[in-house]
Amino acid sequence: MGQKMIGKRSIQFATPPYIVGSYSLVGKKEGEGPLSCYFDEIEEDPMFGGQTWEEAESRLQYKVATKAVESAGYKEEEIRYLIAGDLLGQLIATSFGVMDLQIPLFGIYGACSTMGESISLASTLVEGGFADKAMALTSSHFAGAEKQFRFPLDYGNQRPLAATWTVTGSGAVVIVNEEEMKKHKEKHNPEEPYIRITGITTGKVVDFGVKDSMNMGACMAPAAFDVIYHNLKDFGYKPEEYDKIITGDLGYVGKDILIDMLKEKGYDIANRYLDCGIEIFNKEEQDTHSGGSGCGCSAATLTGYILKKMKKKEWKKILFVPTGALLSPVSFNEGNSVPGIAHGVILEV
Amino acid sequence: MQENSKNEQNTNSKPTMKDVLNQTDPNTRQQVYNQYVKDITPTHNWFANVCKAFLIGGIICTIGQGLLNLYKAMGFNEEVAALYNIVTLVGLSALFTGLGWYGKWAKFGGAGTLVPITGFANSVAAPAIEFKKEGQVFGIGCKIFNIAGPVILYGILISWVLGVIYYILLRLGIV
Repeated sequence: MGQKMIGKRSIQFATPPYIVGSYSLVGKKEGEGPLSCYFDEIEEDPMFGGQTWEEAESRLQYKVATKAVESAGYKEEEIRYLIAGDLLGQLIATSFGVMDLQIPLFGIYGACSTMGESISLASTLVEGGFADKAMALTSSHFAGAEKQFRFPLDYGNQRPLAATWTVTGSGAVVIVNEEEMKKHKEKHNPEEPYIRITGITTGKVVDFGVKDSMNMGACMAPAAFDVIYHNLKDFGYKPEEYDKIITGDLGYVGKDILIDMLKEKGYDIANRYLDCGIEIFNKEEQDTHSGGSGCGCSAATLTGYILKKMKKKEWKKILFVPTGALLSPVSFNEGNSVPGIAHGVILEV
Repeated sequence: MQENSKNEQNTNSKPTMKDVLNQTDPNTRQQVYNQYVKDITPTHNWFANVCKAFLIGGIICTIGQGLLNLYKAMGFNEEVAALYNIVTLVGLSALFTGLGWYGKWAKFGGAGTLVPITGFANSVAAPAIEFKKEGQVFGIGCKIFNIAGPVILYGILISWVLGVIYYILLRLGIV
């Protein structure tokens, strides 16, 4: 039983779980960005037909959850577990959003690293035999996040160049065991390749003492470094093992720091590095400064862009590392620093 | 001990990632990392920002002067005209906040939109709009001065302190 644990804090799955369905939905601004043609759906209405920002995000999650289940060809009640979270206080976007789904829920908070955390937990449940089908889901909404963490939308202020732009978007993946994947393959698409989750590396809270919540890339880069470094160590890999190493939302500032840190430890990842926050927006045209952020940033980029690239076999093995900045308005006001966390997931096709 | 002081010396110049990662003391590492982050983080060009703030702030104040002159020309005395001027500026600022324009000007003008009274009006109108959904009492009522609250509180406090000082000086016959 012990052999699934590898290194200090990674798991190498003996029978890797598979992704059989996914869905990505983003808002208008994200839909105007460079990844526009990859997303499954772009919604022009920032309210998603709701009355408040919080309700909008709940509707976003509900829609993505149902569409992801549909894309896998399952019925809602067939999913054993839903692992989901968001950025709002007490996870209200998730709890109100998935209320109508008939799926048992584990609500989690990993700040913007939630997609990595939820996939880690869902695949562990599936591989451990505790579920045959599980779903990982998360979302973020620009206006809801601004309201909670920064200023009201119409308040006039200047955002620093290191600041990121919270993505309005959501992504979900349906994860199943090998047996279910085989059934799925027979029934739906015998030709298409299936993406499997071969391992995970769980991050710890890393604090390098940065207090500037408007420079989250610098807050989170040490956490991403910690996870990537331990992943490479635990599995005994060189960076060349991966076609891409993709972080969640470090942005331009965090990118430079991360590459610098890993180089210092003898790992050069610059030529295979991507950041979802950098990919999702066009910095010059869309005025997003350091890039996109939020749970939805890595979730929608994974389900929209990365999985599609992998299905085309352009990338065969990647390390997906969503990154989260652990702060609340209270912790910030009380003078705390902004620690980071990251979760690594190895995807192979 | 000697090595430690050597590392600290390094922090005075621009620290590199090597300095950060080689630092074993967590507190010093935080300091060195913060300095490293500061060095590589891009910032707005302050001179360009000052010019933009001057332009936008100047425009707002010119409009204010124009309104003052207009009200005076309508026959109001200085004090009443100034009051009407303020009311008009605040009203316009709230209106443009609601239309979503003020935020765009502020993004360009920075302190130019913050310092005039229109900035204050914006900081009250914006939370009112945002928190309306949370109800008249707990939403608008509790949160309308979310941003402007400190200005009001400490504004009143400072005027009280200055008043006391003025009173004492007056009693002492200094002023």
